[in-house]
Amino acid sequence: MERVPILKIGDVLLVSIQIDLQDQSVLALQEDLAEKISSTGAHGVVIDISAVEIVDSFIGRMFATIASISRLFDADTVVVGMRPAVAITLVELGLTLDGVRTALDLERGMKILGQLTARRGRDA
Amino acid sequence: MPSPTQGPERVPITGDDDVVRVRQLVRAYAQRMKLSLVDQTKLVTAASELARNTLVYGGGGFALVEEVHDGPRPGVRASFHDDGPGIADLDLALADGWSSGQGLGLGLSGARRLVDKFDLDTEVGRGTVVTVVKWKR
Amino acid sequence: MTADVEHGQALTELLRANADTVVEKWVAEVAAVLRGRATRQELARDFRELYDVVLPLVGTDGRDLAGADFAEIRALLEEYSRARVRAGFTPSETASSVFSLKRTVFDLAENDEDPQLFRQLMTFSGLLDALGLWTFESYARAREEIIREQAEQLLELTTPVVKLWEGVLAVPLVGTLDSERTQIVMEKLLEALVETGSEHAIIDITGVLAVDTQVAQHLLKTVVAARLMGAECIVSGIRPQIAQTIVALGIEFGDIVTKASLADALRHALRREGVHVVRRPAGEDV
Repeated sequence: MERVPILKIGDVLLVSIQIDLQDQSVLALQEDLAEKISSTGAHGVVIDISAVEIVDSFIGRMFATIASISRLFDADTVVVGMRPAVAITLVELGLTLDGVRTALDLERGMKILGQLTARRGRDA
Repeated sequence: MPSPTQGPERVPITGDDDVVRVRQLVRAYAQRMKLSLVDQTKLVTAASELARNTLVYGGGGFALVEEVHDGPRPGVRASFHDDGPGIADLDLALADGWSSGQGLGLGLSGARRLVDKFDLDTEVGRGTVVTVVKWKR
Repeated sequence: MTADVEHGQALTELLRANADTVVEKWVAEVAAVLRGRATRQELARDFRELYDVVLPLVGTDGRDLAGADFAEIRALLEEYSRARVRAGFTPSETASSVFSLKRTVFDLAENDEDPQLFRQLMTFSGLLDALGLWTFESYARAREEIIREQAEQLLELTTPVVKLWEGVLAVPLVGTLDSERTQIVMEKLLEALVETGSEHAIIDITGVLAVDTQVAQHLLKTVVAARLMGAECIVSGIRPQIAQTIVALGIEFGDIVTKASLADALRHALRREGVHVVRRPAGEDV
């Protein structure tokens, strides 16, 4: 089973999915991320899926799960780079990923996280 | 130039990585039959859901992937076979949000929305065969 | 089949011996009807080719037109019909080119008293009827093909995805939307969002006369799909009748941004992009 690497950039964790995900890899990524958010105290997670050709219900559910987990650690999650064909298919499948933030690309995803962190700083 | 009809090709489904293999084979067929990118994605996604069902609910089985032709219109057919417990209540299984195992219960109903033709043949105690077809638009 | 060919022997001989005269008369007759819309040279070339392919078929009555023996003449007539469609000829004009050969050949055999030749002529007449009908059908098929091509071209022309501002795209939809067309346009729009890195898309339906459930569903799905990609869709220009349809159909537009006009939608998108449009006080220079 291949593992998806997690990179740390500042206080953001970057997950760039470059492989054809099997279910075990999905579960492993969820565990690894929970571990990493907790140990680094990261404030944001960016999941780049611009290279992902299909997202089925299992993978789609992972996004929601990761978003929920990171919320427990006071971190935000942004899914970036979803391809149009994937988005159309997910809608048809009935998955709307409620509660998951999205952005067109990595740069915009990082910007959104920056804004969220700043807002949180102001509120605190 | 007429090429000989391809398939059926058989993929055993006994583990996680076989689901990925089914996706790749279905993708290859969909590309060869020149389905649009969106239709390729829909078919591969449906195949992924169904292959996972075969593995998780059916206890494993196999998939068959082949070309089909309806007059001049080409398409891809994929079928998923298992000798598992079968489905007792079809209406319930096809309804959104129901699941007898893990997942959101989107497996069957979701897959059905993604394809042009969806046939489900099941017998309690004997197993299940799900066949889907996607035509070139 | 063999017997048929023997039966056609006398006529075949006659047609072969008089080939030049027959083709010439055939051309003259058709040219008179078409009145200069096809030159004699063109007709002579086409008809000579047809004549040479028809000759070996003399003695068959064309009931087996779908068979392998007729593959060449079928293909030839298809090609002829397609060219005629593109040149703007009517279906009757096109098919009568084939029927005209009948009269020319009948004239040729007019003074012959041979009863056997008469029977062969009747069979030949049947063959030409079949070929004429085939021409008619080919014409209809060719025309359908052209109409389909034009519909596709029209779709490309009538549904451009345009960039209104940096980060703001729009598709002005016009006319009657069917499910297929809506789907294609929406896919194009989502692709364009990625290509141009735009976070806002305006779907303007001011020019749309009616929507059905499926079309409304496609619009909704596009908005949701765009959201999954990290972009926002705004639907503008919903006519009162369409608003009623949407409500009557029980379609939930939910939290989708809708605006009365394209201008309102653009203003909304610009504000989201952080652009403020301000009217300059009179007399003040930029």
